[in-house]
Amino acid sequence: MTVTVVETAELTKVYGETIAVDKLNLKIGEGEVFGFLGPNGAGKTTTILMLLGLTEPTYGEARISGYNTTFEPLNVKRITGYLPENVGFYNDLTARENLRYITRLNSMRRQEATGKIDEALKSVGLMEVADKEVGKFSKGMKQRLGIADVLVKDPKLVILDEPTTGIDPAGVSHVLDVIIGMARNHGITVLLSSHLLNQVQKICDRVGIIAKGKLVAEGSIEKLNTELFTKGQNAVEVQVTELTDGLMNLLRSIVGVTGIDVTGNSLSIFSDRDVKKEVSKAIVESGSLPIQIKTRDYALEEIYMKYFSED
Amino acid sequence: MTAVFWKELRDHFSSYRFIILVFMIVIICGAAVYTAAENVRGDVRLNPTDFIFIRVFTTSGDTLPSFLAFISFFGPIIGIIFGFDAINSERTGGTLSRILSQPLFRDSVINGKFLAGFVTIAILMAAIVLGTSVLGIAAIGIRPSSAEVLRIFIFYILTLLYVGFWLGVGVLCSVLFKKTVTSALVPFSIWIFFLVFMSMIAGLIADWQEPIDRYSQPEEEVNHQDIQDKIALVSPVVLYSEASDIVLSPERRTLHGITQARMEVNPELTDFTPVSVRQSLKLTGPHLIVLMALTAICFAASYIRFIKEEIRST
Repeated sequence: MTVTVVETAELTKVYGETIAVDKLNLKIGEGEVFGFLGPNGAGKTTTILMLLGLTEPTYGEARISGYNTTFEPLNVKRITGYLPENVGFYNDLTARENLRYITRLNSMRRQEATGKIDEALKSVGLMEVADKEVGKFSKGMKQRLGIADVLVKDPKLVILDEPTTGIDPAGVSHVLDVIIGMARNHGITVLLSSHLLNQVQKICDRVGIIAKGKLVAEGSIEKLNTELFTKGQNAVEVQVTELTDGLMNLLRSIVGVTGIDVTGNSLSIFSDRDVKKEVSKAIVESGSLPIQIKTRDYALEEIYMKYFSED
Repeated sequence: MTAVFWKELRDHFSSYRFIILVFMIVIICGAAVYTAAENVRGDVRLNPTDFIFIRVFTTSGDTLPSFLAFISFFGPIIGIIFGFDAINSERTGGTLSRILSQPLFRDSVINGKFLAGFVTIAILMAAIVLGTSVLGIAAIGIRPSSAEVLRIFIFYILTLLYVGFWLGVGVLCSVLFKKTVTSALVPFSIWIFFLVFMSMIAGLIADWQEPIDRYSQPEEEVNHQDIQDKIALVSPVVLYSEASDIVLSPERRTLHGITQARMEVNPELTDFTPVSVRQSLKLTGPHLIVLMALTAICFAASYIRFIKEEIRST
């Protein structure tokens, strides 16, 4: 891993009786796109608020580029762009004026700001509506303006809280493109929280799954896949021409097979290792023919469901 | 903080509420000067005085109230209007978490907003007072003396503090309540309570402490009045109207209302020769300080509450 941008150590937040975030340890390197996944109320937003210094941790600490978020919030906010879940703009101001206000709050020089604003608006494709009042924008446009808003301060780290919620599919892919562009072209580290897995899957280098305040899994999607294999959750889907008792017995005798589900001529064979070869051999030996054999790919969704059903 | 201040100031000046207020102010100034021009002559004939110009502010007519009455009524409204949605409108609009994730101290936001509201009010009030003065000069043809100018200036500061107090109440409510409807209604209810019910409560307590009837001695009546006045002073509305009346009426030399009974008990109060500005100030000093303190308390409370609050976008 390259330079660490985000680092949390035993980060904990307690509200009264409930533990919102429980001893979270995270490390995100420079230029990475990290997906922070979990169901609603898992503690994603609370973690983000602590990363920004908007909420104080009960215990533990978070550092952004080495700055402690509780004691040096201004340094953190100077290099971090944050797009909150329900981002809002001043509706009676134009897109440009809204961004201008942000550059003022960042004490940027007027000339420098003008350039940055144009650049940011261009990169999210809002240049044509730059001088329209934001009140007339669609939800997707506002979300894109939110990203421009984050880009305008030239951040090292961008934190996006549910950036794709409530916008249409075309809008989603546009937003995701902009996010990828941000990381690839500008080397910005992106922390992206979401409960919409299939969308995030496409653009994240690494994901962390959080449930009930705890980080239950972390790594690249392939890594999470293989972790599941070793837990006896490997599955092969098979369709045969003829299903006989002999075939069933042969399959059951394969070492490592833990269970077989039958639906018509289709079988789902569960095992704790890769048994594809043995399965195809058994089918042929039994006199039947395989029409289709494939390893079931664990999509993020299944990984996700698996972790949540565990508790 | 300056960025927040200028943005808020710009917002205030381009808002509909500002335009409506300016419209109202034109009416107030016009009505007050009209009333004064109609009635000052007779008023001065009844109570001869060297301070004629300042009567423009205190003279009421048969149908229209005096300028002072107008201002003590509209002052709180103006204050509340510029404060009640300062913070919670940003919260509901989703802009608050965006602003607070910028590199600025959280107090800059509330300081900038309070200051912008205060400056807007100061400009509005200056416009009202100056407008009335200029129209007054034109209408009655008398220039104010330096003592009168000083009194009007003190009145301006006093009004600013009073309206600032209501601005503080508004801002506090905007921090305390999530909905703008609530934060608009609560300060108005507080105002109405002080305006209407406080004097009733004061009267009730005075009746209980010192019951009077028509056979009562003047001393008892005076005592009753004193109790009532003291309790009523809890209300900022009373604080302001009493203080401003003293500042604008050089011949008032006591906080007490002059009643028949009072004149029997303290005959020296029937002396209506005007007092100096310094003496008027001495009388109203405590009022000024209490108003300042009340404003500070409101602001401090909203400040602390806002700093400690957790900002979520939902």
